[in-house]
Amino acid sequence: MHRLANPTRFLKFARPLTILFGIIGTFLVSVGIYGGLFVTPPDYLQGESVRILYIHVPAAMLSTIGWAGIAVASIVQLVWRHPLAGVAARACAVPGAMFTVICLATGSIWGRPTWGTWWEWDGRMTSVLVLLFLYIGYMALASSNEDRASVSRATAIFGIVGAVNIPIIKGSVEWWNTLHQGRSITMTSSKIAPELLWPLGFTMIGFSLLFGAIVLMRMRATLAEAKVEARMRRLVTE
Amino acid sequence: MNHWPFVTAAYVLAIIATLGVTGWSLITMRRAEKAVDDMKGDR
Repeated sequence: MHRLANPTRFLKFARPLTILFGIIGTFLVSVGIYGGLFVTPPDYLQGESVRILYIHVPAAMLSTIGWAGIAVASIVQLVWRHPLAGVAARACAVPGAMFTVICLATGSIWGRPTWGTWWEWDGRMTSVLVLLFLYIGYMALASSNEDRASVSRATAIFGIVGAVNIPIIKGSVEWWNTLHQGRSITMTSSKIAPELLWPLGFTMIGFSLLFGAIVLMRMRATLAEAKVEARMRRLVTE
Repeated sequence: MNHWPFVTAAYVLAIIATLGVTGWSLITMRRAEKAVDDMKGDR
Protein backbone atom coordinates (compact mmCIF):
# COMPACT_ATOMS: atom_id res chain seq x y z
CA MET A 1 0.00 0.00 0.00
CA HIS A 2 2.83 2.36 0.84
CA ARG A 3 4.25 1.74 -2.66
CA LEU A 4 1.26 3.74 -3.94
CA ALA A 5 1.85 6.58 -1.49
CA ASN A 6 3.73 8.41 -4.20
CA PRO A 7 1.12 10.23 -6.37
CA THR A 8 3.25 9.78 -9.53
CA ARG A 9 3.38 6.03 -8.97
CA PHE A 10 -0.34 6.00 -8.15
CA LEU A 11 -1.15 7.84 -11.39
CA LYS A 12 0.79 5.26 -13.40
CA PHE A 13 -1.69 2.63 -12.15
CA ALA A 14 -4.74 4.88 -12.05
CA ARG A 15 -4.67 6.04 -15.68
CA PRO A 16 -5.04 2.63 -17.39
CA LEU A 17 -7.32 1.34 -14.60
CA THR A 18 -9.77 4.25 -15.05
CA ILE A 19 -10.22 3.39 -18.74
CA LEU A 20 -10.39 -0.36 -18.08
CA PHE A 21 -12.96 -0.04 -15.27
CA GLY A 22 -15.01 2.42 -17.34
CA ILE A 23 -15.16 0.27 -20.49
CA ILE A 24 -15.70 -3.11 -18.80
CA GLY A 25 -18.16 -1.59 -16.31
CA THR A 26 -20.25 0.02 -19.07
CA PHE A 27 -20.27 -3.24 -21.06
CA LEU A 28 -21.35 -5.37 -18.07
CA VAL A 29 -24.03 -2.90 -16.96
CA SER A 30 -25.41 -2.76 -20.55
CA VAL A 31 -25.61 -6.58 -20.75
CA GLY A 32 -27.20 -6.76 -17.28
CA ILE A 33 -29.78 -4.07 -18.07
CA TYR A 34 -30.65 -5.68 -21.41
CA GLY A 35 -31.02 -9.08 -19.75
CA GLY A 36 -33.00 -7.65 -16.84
CA LEU A 37 -35.41 -5.72 -19.05
CA PHE A 38 -35.89 -7.97 -22.06
CA VAL A 39 -34.64 -11.52 -21.40
CA THR A 40 -35.67 -12.60 -17.89
CA PRO A 41 -39.29 -13.64 -17.23
CA PRO A 42 -41.54 -11.63 -14.87
CA ASP A 43 -41.77 -12.85 -11.28
CA TYR A 44 -44.83 -15.03 -10.49
CA LEU A 45 -45.74 -12.77 -7.54
CA GLN A 46 -44.28 -9.31 -8.24
CA GLY A 47 -44.77 -9.36 -12.02
CA GLU A 48 -42.69 -6.97 -14.14
CA SER A 49 -41.71 -4.76 -11.18
CA VAL A 50 -39.10 -7.37 -10.15
CA ARG A 51 -36.87 -5.93 -12.94
CA ILE A 52 -36.06 -2.99 -10.63
CA LEU A 53 -33.99 -5.54 -8.65
CA TYR A 54 -31.12 -5.31 -11.19
CA ILE A 55 -30.41 -1.67 -10.37
CA HIS A 56 -31.73 -1.42 -6.81
CA VAL A 57 -29.54 -4.20 -5.35
CA PRO A 58 -26.20 -2.99 -6.86
CA ALA A 59 -27.06 0.58 -5.76
CA ALA A 60 -27.80 -0.63 -2.20
CA MET A 61 -24.56 -2.60 -2.10
CA LEU A 62 -22.45 0.30 -3.40
CA SER A 63 -24.08 2.81 -1.04
CA THR A 64 -22.66 0.87 1.93
CA ILE A 65 -19.39 -0.04 0.19
CA GLY A 66 -18.86 3.69 -0.48
CA TRP A 67 -19.07 4.49 3.22
CA ALA A 68 -16.93 1.46 4.12
CA GLY A 69 -14.34 2.89 1.71
CA ILE A 70 -14.52 6.27 3.47
CA ALA A 71 -14.11 4.59 6.88
CA VAL A 72 -11.14 2.42 5.84
CA ALA A 73 -9.40 5.34 4.08
CA SER A 74 -10.02 7.53 7.16
CA ILE A 75 -8.41 4.92 9.43
CA VAL A 76 -5.44 4.66 7.03
CA GLN A 77 -5.13 8.45 7.05
CA LEU A 78 -5.23 8.75 10.84
CA VAL A 79 -3.08 5.73 11.69
CA TRP A 80 -0.52 5.52 8.87
CA ARG A 81 -0.80 9.08 7.50
CA HIS A 82 -0.93 7.71 3.96
CA PRO A 83 -0.89 10.79 1.71
CA LEU A 84 -3.53 9.44 -0.68
CA ALA A 85 -5.95 8.16 1.98
CA GLY A 86 -7.70 11.52 2.42
CA VAL A 87 -7.98 11.91 -1.35
CA ALA A 88 -9.48 8.41 -1.64
CA ALA A 89 -11.95 9.00 1.20
CA ARG A 90 -13.11 12.25 -0.35
CA ALA A 91 -13.41 10.59 -3.79
CA CYS A 92 -15.72 7.86 -2.41
CA ALA A 93 -18.26 10.37 -1.09
CA VAL A 94 -19.92 11.56 -4.32
CA PRO A 95 -20.41 8.14 -6.00
CA GLY A 96 -21.45 6.70 -2.61
CA ALA A 97 -24.08 9.41 -2.18
CA MET A 98 -25.22 8.96 -5.79
CA PHE A 99 -25.79 5.23 -5.31
CA THR A 100 -27.62 5.92 -2.03
CA VAL A 101 -29.98 8.28 -3.90
CA ILE A 102 -30.49 5.64 -6.63
CA CYS A 103 -31.12 2.98 -3.95
CA LEU A 104 -33.70 5.13 -2.12
CA ALA A 105 -35.44 6.32 -5.30
CA THR A 106 -35.62 2.91 -7.01
CA GLY A 107 -36.70 1.31 -3.73
CA SER A 108 -39.49 3.87 -3.40
CA ILE A 109 -40.57 3.32 -7.02
CA TRP A 110 -40.49 -0.45 -6.48
CA GLY A 111 -42.46 -0.10 -3.23
CA ARG A 112 -45.48 1.55 -4.84
CA PRO A 113 -46.65 -1.40 -7.02
CA THR A 114 -45.33 -4.04 -4.57
CA TRP A 115 -46.32 -2.71 -1.12
CA GLY A 116 -48.84 -0.07 -2.16
CA THR A 117 -46.78 2.76 -0.67
CA TRP A 118 -43.89 4.97 -1.81
CA TRP A 119 -42.34 5.20 1.64
CA GLU A 120 -42.51 3.62 5.07
CA TRP A 121 -40.48 4.65 8.11
CA ASP A 122 -39.20 1.15 8.69
CA GLY A 123 -35.70 0.14 9.84
CA ARG A 124 -34.12 -0.49 6.42
CA MET A 125 -35.45 2.59 4.62
CA THR A 126 -34.80 4.93 7.54
CA SER A 127 -31.23 3.68 8.09
CA VAL A 128 -30.42 4.13 4.36
CA LEU A 129 -31.89 7.65 4.50
CA VAL A 130 -29.62 8.31 7.51
CA LEU A 131 -26.71 7.09 5.34
CA LEU A 132 -27.58 9.72 2.72
CA PHE A 133 -27.57 12.43 5.40
CA LEU A 134 -24.17 11.12 6.60
CA TYR A 135 -22.81 11.43 3.04
CA ILE A 136 -24.12 15.01 2.77
CA GLY A 137 -22.55 15.87 6.14
CA TYR A 138 -19.25 14.27 5.15
CA MET A 139 -19.11 16.16 1.83
CA ALA A 140 -19.88 19.44 3.61
CA LEU A 141 -17.15 18.79 6.19
CA ALA A 142 -14.61 17.70 3.55
CA SER A 143 -15.27 20.74 1.36
CA SER A 144 -14.63 23.06 4.32
CA ASN A 145 -11.03 21.80 4.40
CA GLU A 146 -8.59 24.21 2.78
CA ASP A 147 -6.15 21.52 1.71
CA ARG A 148 -7.73 19.72 -1.26
CA ALA A 149 -5.38 16.75 -1.13
CA SER A 150 -6.47 15.77 2.36
CA VAL A 151 -9.38 15.83 4.79
CA SER A 152 -9.25 17.22 8.30
CA ARG A 153 -8.92 15.01 11.39
CA ALA A 154 -12.53 15.82 12.32
CA THR A 155 -13.74 14.75 8.86
CA ALA A 156 -11.77 11.48 9.11
CA ILE A 157 -13.24 10.77 12.56
CA PHE A 158 -16.72 11.52 11.19
CA GLY A 159 -16.04 8.99 8.41
CA ILE A 160 -15.08 6.31 10.95
CA VAL A 161 -17.93 7.02 13.40
CA GLY A 162 -20.49 7.09 10.56
CA ALA A 163 -19.58 3.47 9.74
CA VAL A 164 -21.66 2.41 12.76
CA ASN A 165 -24.67 2.80 10.43
CA ILE A 166 -23.49 0.01 8.09
CA PRO A 167 -24.22 -2.95 10.44
CA ILE A 168 -27.51 -1.22 11.35
CA ILE A 169 -28.50 -1.17 7.64
CA LYS A 170 -27.48 -4.83 7.25
CA GLY A 171 -29.21 -5.97 10.45
CA SER A 172 -32.31 -3.79 10.15
CA VAL A 173 -34.31 -6.45 8.27
CA GLU A 174 -33.50 -9.07 10.90
CA TRP A 175 -33.65 -7.05 14.13
CA TRP A 176 -36.97 -5.32 13.46
CA ASN A 177 -40.23 -6.34 11.85
CA THR A 178 -39.96 -4.36 8.62
CA LEU A 179 -41.86 -4.00 5.37
CA HIS A 180 -38.58 -4.52 3.50
CA GLN A 181 -37.89 -8.17 2.74
CA GLY A 182 -35.03 -10.05 4.38
CA ARG A 183 -31.76 -10.89 2.68
CA SER A 184 -32.34 -12.87 -0.54
CA ILE A 185 -28.69 -13.37 -1.48
CA THR A 186 -25.77 -14.39 0.72
CA MET A 187 -22.18 -15.24 -0.22
CA THR A 188 -23.09 -18.92 -0.59
CA SER A 189 -26.79 -19.11 -1.47
CA SER A 190 -29.69 -17.31 -3.12
CA LYS A 191 -33.46 -17.46 -2.73
CA ILE A 192 -33.91 -16.01 -6.24
CA ALA A 193 -34.58 -18.39 -9.15
CA PRO A 194 -31.48 -18.76 -11.43
CA GLU A 195 -33.38 -17.57 -14.55
CA LEU A 196 -34.08 -14.29 -12.74
CA LEU A 197 -30.71 -14.05 -11.03
CA TRP A 198 -28.09 -13.98 -13.82
CA PRO A 199 -28.38 -10.29 -14.94
CA LEU A 200 -27.83 -9.26 -11.32
CA GLY A 201 -24.24 -10.57 -11.47
CA PHE A 202 -23.57 -8.38 -14.52
CA THR A 203 -25.05 -5.22 -13.01
CA MET A 204 -23.41 -5.78 -9.60
CA ILE A 205 -19.91 -6.20 -11.07
CA GLY A 206 -20.54 -3.57 -13.77
CA PHE A 207 -21.75 -0.86 -11.40
CA SER A 208 -18.89 -1.73 -8.99
CA LEU A 209 -16.36 -1.14 -11.77
CA LEU A 210 -18.06 2.15 -12.70
CA PHE A 211 -17.90 3.12 -9.03
CA GLY A 212 -14.16 2.36 -9.12
CA ALA A 213 -13.72 4.40 -12.30
CA ILE A 214 -15.53 7.40 -10.74
CA VAL A 215 -13.39 7.17 -7.58
CA LEU A 216 -10.19 7.05 -9.66
CA MET A 217 -11.31 10.02 -11.81
CA ARG A 218 -12.13 12.08 -8.73
CA MET A 219 -8.80 11.15 -7.11
CA ARG A 220 -6.92 12.16 -10.26
CA ALA A 221 -8.85 15.46 -10.41
CA THR A 222 -8.08 16.23 -6.75
CA LEU A 223 -4.36 15.46 -7.19
CA ALA A 224 -4.15 17.64 -10.31
CA GLU A 225 -6.02 20.53 -8.62
CA ALA A 226 -3.73 20.26 -5.59
CA LYS A 227 -0.67 20.41 -7.87
CA VAL A 228 -1.94 23.57 -9.59
CA GLU A 229 -2.78 25.19 -6.24
CA ALA A 230 0.66 24.39 -4.84
CA ARG A 231 2.29 25.90 -7.94
CA MET A 232 0.13 29.05 -7.63
CA ARG A 233 1.06 29.39 -3.95
CA ARG A 234 4.75 29.09 -4.81
CA LEU A 235 4.39 31.74 -7.51
CA VAL A 236 2.72 34.13 -5.06
CA THR A 237 5.44 33.71 -2.44
CA GLU A 238 8.35 33.98 -4.93
CA MET B 1 -51.66 -2.26 -12.30
CA ASN B 2 -49.22 -1.78 -15.21
CA HIS B 3 -45.71 -2.09 -13.73
CA TRP B 4 -43.76 -0.90 -16.78
CA PRO B 5 -44.00 2.86 -16.01
CA PHE B 6 -42.42 2.12 -12.59
CA VAL B 7 -39.70 -0.05 -14.13
CA THR B 8 -38.96 2.58 -16.80
CA ALA B 9 -38.81 5.41 -14.24
CA ALA B 10 -36.39 3.45 -12.04
CA TYR B 11 -34.06 2.60 -14.94
CA VAL B 12 -34.13 6.10 -16.44
CA LEU B 13 -33.33 7.63 -13.06
CA ALA B 14 -30.46 5.22 -12.38
CA ILE B 15 -28.95 5.64 -15.87
CA ILE B 16 -29.20 9.46 -15.81
CA ALA B 17 -27.65 9.64 -12.31
CA THR B 18 -24.79 7.27 -13.21
CA LEU B 19 -24.07 8.98 -16.54
CA GLY B 20 -24.33 12.41 -14.90
CA VAL B 21 -21.86 11.71 -12.09
CA THR B 22 -19.49 9.79 -14.42
CA GLY B 23 -19.54 12.65 -16.97
CA TRP B 24 -19.09 15.30 -14.26
CA SER B 25 -16.13 13.38 -12.78
CA LEU B 26 -14.59 12.90 -16.25
CA ILE B 27 -14.91 16.60 -17.15
CA THR B 28 -13.50 17.69 -13.75
CA MET B 29 -10.56 15.29 -14.14
CA ARG B 30 -9.82 16.30 -17.75
CA ARG B 31 -9.99 20.02 -16.85
CA ALA B 32 -7.72 19.60 -13.81
CA GLU B 33 -5.15 17.48 -15.67
CA LYS B 34 -5.17 19.94 -18.60
CA ALA B 35 -4.42 22.76 -16.13
CA VAL B 36 -1.40 20.76 -14.89
CA ASP B 37 -0.21 20.20 -18.47
CA ASP B 38 -0.65 23.93 -19.27
CA MET B 39 1.29 24.81 -16.13
CA LYS B 40 4.15 22.52 -17.20
CA GLY B 41 4.14 24.21 -20.62
CA ASP B 42 4.42 27.68 -19.03
CA ARG B 43 7.63 26.78 -17.19
